[in-house]
Amino acid sequence: MTQSPASPPPLYAPREPIFPRRVKGTYRTLKWWIMGVTLAIYYLTPWIRWDRGPNLPDQAVLVDLAGRRFYFFWIEIWPHEFYFVAGLLIMAGLGLFLFTSALGRVWCGYTCPQTVWTDLFILVERWIEGDRNARVRLWNADWSFHKVRLRMTKFIVWFFIALATGGAWVFYFADAPTLARDLVTFDAPLVAYSTMLILTATTFVFGGFMREQVCNYMCPWPRIQAAMMDESTLTVAYRHWRGEPRGKHMKAEDADQRGDCIDCMACVNVCPAGIDIRDGQQMECITCALCIDACDEVMERIGKPRGLIDYLALSDEEAETKGAPPRPILEHVLRPRTILYTAMWSLIGVALVYALFIRSDIDLTVEPVRNPQFVTLSDGAVRNAYTLRIRNLTAEPREFRVMLTSDDILRIDVESDGAVANHVTVPANETMQARVYVTARPQDPAADAETTDLRLWVEDVETDDRAGVATIFNGKG
Amino acid sequence: MADKKDIDEVTGTDTTGHEWDGIKELNNPLPRWWLWTFYGTVVWGLAYTIAYPAWPLINSATQGVLGYSTRAEVAERIAEVDARNAEVSERLAAADLSTLAPDDPAHRFGVAGGASVFLANCSQCHGQGAAGVQAAGYPNLLDDAWLWGGTLEDIEYTVRHGIRNDTDPDARWSEMPVFGDILSDEEIAQTVEYVLAMSGQEHDAAMAEQGMVWFEEQCTACHGENGEGIRELGAPTLNDAIWLYGGDRETLTETITYSRFGVMPAWGPRLDEHEIKAVTLYLHQLGGGE
Ligand code: SF4
Ligand code: SF4
Repeated sequence: MTQSPASPPPLYAPREPIFPRRVKGTYRTLKWWIMGVTLAIYYLTPWIRWDRGPNLPDQAVLVDLAGRRFYFFWIEIWPHEFYFVAGLLIMAGLGLFLFTSALGRVWCGYTCPQTVWTDLFILVERWIEGDRNARVRLWNADWSFHKVRLRMTKFIVWFFIALATGGAWVFYFADAPTLARDLVTFDAPLVAYSTMLILTATTFVFGGFMREQVCNYMCPWPRIQAAMMDESTLTVAYRHWRGEPRGKHMKAEDADQRGDCIDCMACVNVCPAGIDIRDGQQMECITCALCIDACDEVMERIGKPRGLIDYLALSDEEAETKGAPPRPILEHVLRPRTILYTAMWSLIGVALVYALFIRSDIDLTVEPVRNPQFVTLSDGAVRNAYTLRIRNLTAEPREFRVMLTSDDILRIDVESDGAVANHVTVPANETMQARVYVTARPQDPAADAETTDLRLWVEDVETDDRAGVATIFNGKG
Repeated sequence: MADKKDIDEVTGTDTTGHEWDGIKELNNPLPRWWLWTFYGTVVWGLAYTIAYPAWPLINSATQGVLGYSTRAEVAERIAEVDARNAEVSERLAAADLSTLAPDDPAHRFGVAGGASVFLANCSQCHGQGAAGVQAAGYPNLLDDAWLWGGTLEDIEYTVRHGIRNDTDPDARWSEMPVFGDILSDEEIAQTVEYVLAMSGQEHDAAMAEQGMVWFEEQCTACHGENGEGIRELGAPTLNDAIWLYGGDRETLTETITYSRFGVMPAWGPRLDEHEIKAVTLYLHQLGGGE
């Protein structure tokens, strides 16, 4: 019988704090740019104004849930056009497939909000508490006024960033300046406050404390992405055939015996995921390439070629081990798989743009009244009723003439709001319901036929723009 | 249970003694957070059944100390909606329907509200789509034929007082004699042919000529000389394409022989004033309003 261990290993390992060191280089610069641009887009977009005329919101990007409209600069999406949003989501998905199959987890490494905000929080941390060594020292130090002061400053800055993050989100759903004023005077709706509260809290905790744990334990994406990658996908990897056996850098010694890695741990110290890329591909790696920057810097200093850590494809390992030079990036990226994804992506994109251009600013739906299917009038004529919904997607009220394909067989009466007229006026940006009666005289074939095809039209009285819907006429037959 | 504990070699934990294909179930304690959540739900559950109606008794159930009831909640919500609509309801109740503009909010409120009044109270006889039931003599309210008139005023009167009911002295009232007692079968058959003729249907011309005599003698007082009907008396038009009970030979024979007697309750005492106005507006805009 074996001795039972003192305590069973816990299912959840407490977080090992990571203190990423500052690094300079191509990828770091790229990351700064992406961080700046994405954050600016997120925080500032709701404040862009857009003049749409009276009675319409002058916010460029607005999700108007109450009015069931989505405004995006000059584009205005109605609920029935939700396929635009669906299409964009599919494009986003395909885009993710494309980038993942070509470049691994670049989404994670550069643009994922979790990464961007974590990066921002680490930046603040570094400003206040210093770089890696200072932070490690502070972490191990006893509590003192100095330590409390630094911690509090850091938390306060984090809090304001988190608050701005939650705050920016709600501005997408209401007029930003009005909401901002209501927020400070405590007149804003409860949902705005609760949304802000939740997003502030999650930003603060996720960006400040959980960081890579969100990626490792909470995010499903790292687990799914493997399906989109293959051995030709470029991921951040260590050229172990070049680096091993590693050993401390000593100029005098014969370098032939050793690989290029001098075991300086620079790559490990900069890694926000806290891993050693030299151990091979790991689930935790977000492909942020900071280790590439760190190692390139080292290689430059010791006079070796860059790229000991690099964007590599697994399939190249064998050839490179035998001494082949690295293949050009383009050869990696242009593969049937990525080309297919690109094609699908562009196809949907083109279709959406096309749909955007051909969409009419009148929308008509016709619902025949089924109960009863027809009514006999005293002179023997047969009448059908239809409910028309006319949407006017423009900013001006419009008058529509309601028409039939064949006026000679069928007669039409339009009743809107209880008054009979053949014209319906639809206010700007609204949907109007009108009841339309179509009558077949007793001698018309339509009166006795079972059904007759017909088409109902609405036509703008001024511009002659029209929209038509095919429907049927029920006769006595 | 076995006396001696079965200890798993690898982890050193005792097992439950259950074994499947050599795999033993470890007897690990439940995680504490799980256990406390479980106790929490038990406490919550008990408290809930005390606070809210829950435990079944023989004929009823416990009421719960909070005195909550869905029925009361519904009543409350209804009262809330009524209160919100109070102003427009009052406006509608006081309105003169014939001068109420179609785009007046009270008019819209009336048409929409009238639809639900109709569904709740009238659709049982007149059908959900208001097309009536011909076989049973429930009139179609969508067409352009009205026994008692189709103006807003006429409709409102009919709704309020009903037809042929003893409870309301002002009810609309018309009656057709039982001609089976007055005319012979032969004479009735001839009258039927004449009525078929006047409504433009296939008929026996010779019989119809004879039927005209009986018609002029017996029917014109109510149905008019040419069968055009007389609204003040509620007598239907016979020379058009619309029939309350049916216009074929068989149905007409039955109608003339035994007479017909449709009844509609008076809704005045049952509906609120604004509901009567609302259903009137709704009916008027269905397509037949005059
Ligand atoms: S191993 Fe390199 S690429 Fe991967 S997360 Fe760490 S620093 Fe980024
Ligand atoms: S930074 Fe480069 S040289 Fe330094 S340990 Fe990492 S791989 Fe080796």
